Amino acid sequence: MSLDKATVRNIANLARIEIRDEDLDHLAGELSNIMTFVEQLSEVNTDGIEPMTSVAAMTLPLRKDVITDGGQPEAVLLNAPEAEDGFFTVPKVVE
Amino acid sequence: MAYIIQGETGDWEVVIGLEVHAQVISHSKLFSGAATEFGAEPNTQVSFVDAGFPGMLPVINEVCVAQAVKTGLGLKARINLTSVFARKNYFYADLPQGYQISQFDKPIVGEGEVILDLPDGSTRTVGIERLHLEQDAGKSIHDMHPSKSFIDLNRSGVALMEIVSKPDLRSPEEAGLYLTKLRSILRYLETCDGNMQEGSMRCDANVSVRPVGSTELRTRCEIKNVNSIRYVQQAIEFEARRHIDVYETGGTISQETRLFDSIKVETRSMRSKEQAHDYRYFPDPDLLPLVIAQDFVDGIKAGLPELPDAKKTRFMAEYGLNAYDAGVLVAERISAEFFETVAKGRDAKIACNWVMGDFFAALNATGKTMENPPVSAKDLGALIDLIGDGTLSGRLAKDVFALMVETGKAPGVLVEEKGLKQVTDTGAIEAAVDAVIAANPDKVQQVKDGKTTLLGWFVGQVMKATQGKANPAMVNEMLSKKVLG
Repeated sequence: MSLDKATVRNIANLARIEIRDEDLDHLAGELSNIMTFVEQLSEVNTDGIEPMTSVAAMTLPLRKDVITDGGQPEAVLLNAPEAEDGFFTVPKVVE
Repeated sequence: MAYIIQGETGDWEVVIGLEVHAQVISHSKLFSGAATEFGAEPNTQVSFVDAGFPGMLPVINEVCVAQAVKTGLGLKARINLTSVFARKNYFYADLPQGYQISQFDKPIVGEGEVILDLPDGSTRTVGIERLHLEQDAGKSIHDMHPSKSFIDLNRSGVALMEIVSKPDLRSPEEAGLYLTKLRSILRYLETCDGNMQEGSMRCDANVSVRPVGSTELRTRCEIKNVNSIRYVQQAIEFEARRHIDVYETGGTISQETRLFDSIKVETRSMRSKEQAHDYRYFPDPDLLPLVIAQDFVDGIKAGLPELPDAKKTRFMAEYGLNAYDAGVLVAERISAEFFETVAKGRDAKIACNWVMGDFFAALNATGKTMENPPVSAKDLGALIDLIGDGTLSGRLAKDVFALMVETGKAPGVLVEEKGLKQVTDTGAIEAAVDAVIAANPDKVQQVKDGKTTLLGWFVGQVMKATQGKANPAMVNEMLSKKVLG
């Protein structure tokens, strides 16, 4: 499978990664190679086989509904680029 | 009643599907141990999981799972014993992880139904497509600073149930009835408090139109986050009209997300969400499939309360109520219980009339709630008993009821205090009747001459003379006897 430049630009935009136009060709080639490599898996016939979700036969563990966390706004905000009055602050996002 | 919109080129109908986000009632969040209570100081109910810190792992809350199953059962839906959590990827300032943990192709609850109670007493079934569990996002506040938005993550990670209807709704009115009924079911189940003002129940509306008679599904637009039933109805009305205008002027509708402006009563395109439909879902590698046992589901099923539909049917059969009265009384569990307390051991129709009439009027007039009613069910029952045993006439009972609302006193106490007891003493009534007859010989003659409708006037005069306390049946009987001989 080969990806064109427009698709690569769209993927980058969705992931919020800035890419210069001159890098698009190169990246399209690289991503296409990765896709081709992974596509080898489709050669295996998996008809009638349940998807395996884990190598160990486990199901999702459940937690009791009790409050065990929170009450630490300072720690939550410690690495925030900007904070004010206990809130994170970001450039205005409004419709 | 079909909802038809007249266009330039012909008649159109509207096709509506609703997605309701209902906040799950639980102490802690879906995947973390932080509290869920509304109104706390900013960022005080946030774990590192909710803040999207690197290396933090989600662990699911069993009560949230049980609440989703319970809601599914209340919607008569299929419960999927195996379901899968997926990441829905998008960037927004209130979404610290960069993705929302949701469910995609394997939700915990499949197809079900909601029965609408139409105003004419008939019903209509609306299909439920699915119900899935997901995390809520944080809250953005835009009015605290000229150039910044403030983000509070207390809501981030709180469990939501997204309940998706089939595109079965055909009018703004039906959309309103659907939301009312769904809210009622959630509140009976105690899985969501249904409070739209506080945002614990929010609605997205998918709207498209088509010519009447057509069965096609045209391109729909999604109106996001409408927070009252009335606004949902207004948004649908506006959006349907907009689609028709576009089609009739040769345009096309493109699938997009829109917002509703409740002040201008219009919908507008949300440009920031243009690419939002490319969510690149994939199974969340931090979470194994959720597997629940049939026993777990059966246990929840055994503990389900009587739901509004079943209660309505029972009220009609057991108490002989009509569909409308039964529907109003069962809308809230607490009103239904109030009615049953009043009706117990009494005439149900009379109990219903008092609750639906004077009681609900007093509830509205005083601005009180069912949790703290203006008159208790016990006192209202006692008042009805006083009518039944002849202590009070219907007319006097209304006065006593007004005094009960005003003073909060029991009806028996008020009757004693105010001397409102109905006069059933034959002698006293006879004296009043005789006095009225003696004072109006001309009118007595008119009655004797055949103008029997005047008897009503005599009854009125006697009641007036006794301050309304005379037993009206006895007055009637005595007057007929004395005037007509």
